[in-house]
Amino acid sequence: MSLTPDEVRHIALLARLGLTDDDVARFSGQLSNILEYFEELRQVDVEGVPPTAYPLDLHNVMRADEPEPSSDAEDVLKNAPQREGEFFRVRAILEE
Amino acid sequence: MPDDLFRLTVHEAASLLRQRQVSSVELTKAAFERIGVVEGKINAFITLTEDRALAQAARADEMIAAGRGTALTGIPAAIKDVISTKGVRTTAGSKILEPFVPVYDANVITLLDEAGFVMVGKTNQDEFAMGSSGENSAYGATHNPWALDRVPGGSSAGSAAAVSSGMSYYALGTDTGGSVRQPAALSGVVGLKPTYGRVSRFGLIAFGSSLDQIGPFGRSVRDVATVFQAIAGPDQRDSTSAPVEVPDFAPSMGEDIKGVRVGVPREYFVEGMDSDVRESVLAAIRQLESLGANVDTEVRLPSTGHAVSVYYIIAPSEASANLARFDGVKYGFSYQVGSSMWENMERTRQFGFGEEVKRRIMLGTYALSAGYYDAYYLKAQKVRTLIRREFDEAFKDHDVLVAPVAPTPAFKIGEKTDDPLQMYLNDVCTIPVSIAGLPAISVPCGFATAPDGARLPIGLQIIARPFDEAMLFRVAHAYEQATSWHNEFPPL
Repeated sequence: MSLTPDEVRHIALLARLGLTDDDVARFSGQLSNILEYFEELRQVDVEGVPPTAYPLDLHNVMRADEPEPSSDAEDVLKNAPQREGEFFRVRAILEE
Repeated sequence: MPDDLFRLTVHEAASLLRQRQVSSVELTKAAFERIGVVEGKINAFITLTEDRALAQAARADEMIAAGRGTALTGIPAAIKDVISTKGVRTTAGSKILEPFVPVYDANVITLLDEAGFVMVGKTNQDEFAMGSSGENSAYGATHNPWALDRVPGGSSAGSAAAVSSGMSYYALGTDTGGSVRQPAALSGVVGLKPTYGRVSRFGLIAFGSSLDQIGPFGRSVRDVATVFQAIAGPDQRDSTSAPVEVPDFAPSMGEDIKGVRVGVPREYFVEGMDSDVRESVLAAIRQLESLGANVDTEVRLPSTGHAVSVYYIIAPSEASANLARFDGVKYGFSYQVGSSMWENMERTRQFGFGEEVKRRIMLGTYALSAGYYDAYYLKAQKVRTLIRREFDEAFKDHDVLVAPVAPTPAFKIGEKTDDPLQMYLNDVCTIPVSIAGLPAISVPCGFATAPDGARLPIGLQIIARPFDEAMLFRVAHAYEQATSWHNEFPPL
């Protein structure tokens, strides 16, 4: 199993991760190496075995729906890289 | 008042506080004095909070004076920087969170606060808890107090090193695939990974949500049990927190281990294992036998060899989803001079995340992507079931399983950074336990001698059934009382 540089670029796009050409070359080698190691899983027979998502057998845990105070908006906005009044400021997301 | 306050265990410090032979303010000053002497060599902390700690200590002294002190009141602690602390910068070891100040406390912090919490600082770690050495931190590597040119283990590197070197009396770390147990072993302290669901993850910056657990470090089994007692229990703000009652663990320590059924899974004694590690773990098993345990060396967990693959598919997959939130909009580092919103987001993540985090995001994104999901993620989840079933089977006839924590003692800083797969394979003894959600503890069980003469701690891993941490404390405490490894201090 090996990952071509184009495949690495495609995955980076899915993950919205900027990579340099050097990164692409290095990850192509390293990730191929790791995926090759994962090939050993092919020999495991999992016919009829259900998947495990969580170790606990808990489903749809509910708590009482009671109103509680939220975090202070000003505290939250203190972390904003860019703000405008009571809002987070972002770049336009619709392109012309 | 003893000279070396920083050497006390939590238990000893609490007893001096109760008898008014020492105050929390004095303990806290002693911790910062020790930090002044050794932190320059170790780099265990990302943020120190001295003023806040002294104010907390004064409050703790008032609680004790008013007769409201508990086992942890006024005892200085260190907290891994992936655990949210209201008003105190929390970076997760990442540049992307360098300016981030949480607006709420993690549930574990709220619980410790009720007990009269004193926090000396936030500890260094592998970025987002991804790593086994502490080297993947945007704030520089942490050094092993036993050998400064070696790693302390990871990802909870600073928490282990702070406790080992006397800069804090106990610490909290997190364990996703071994990140409490392995640094505890490599740094010569006790570390607990609780059963999945035992400790609330509310306020813990998520890495692998089906695996992450917060766990304590201490210089004795009793100390670790005391901290665990304070942080365990259901929390309605974490829907994966288990609605299971938490027993009083104190009676477990002091109980003998006659007739306790100890299994030794042979798959954990892997090829390439260090001979000092093997000998120390085998000697510890003989010690348990001499204390009256029934040891069975024929336990088989045949799927153990697949655990590294399963983990390094599932954990990065979960991480790739959890780390999608870091987009430079609401908090943290933000690249703002690109030509579009998408470019800003991609550059924020490019410059904000370190190498290992990027590697795991890529790996997880690939494993979850169209066409590969069944072959990687779903297959890994099915093998996860097989690994759990084998543990269930083994626990039908055994009360605990014992094994090494890591195949080698602490390695040199820089020794494994060029080969990510070799670093991953180092987690072989801790990962299966995480996959199955079981509780396990690492206790000091000896020392290896490195070729350069360094004396390096070794850990014994004890594994129990889900929610049976009481059995871990019983066996670990009996072992500890029969040996003296935990009394050794690094020659700093």
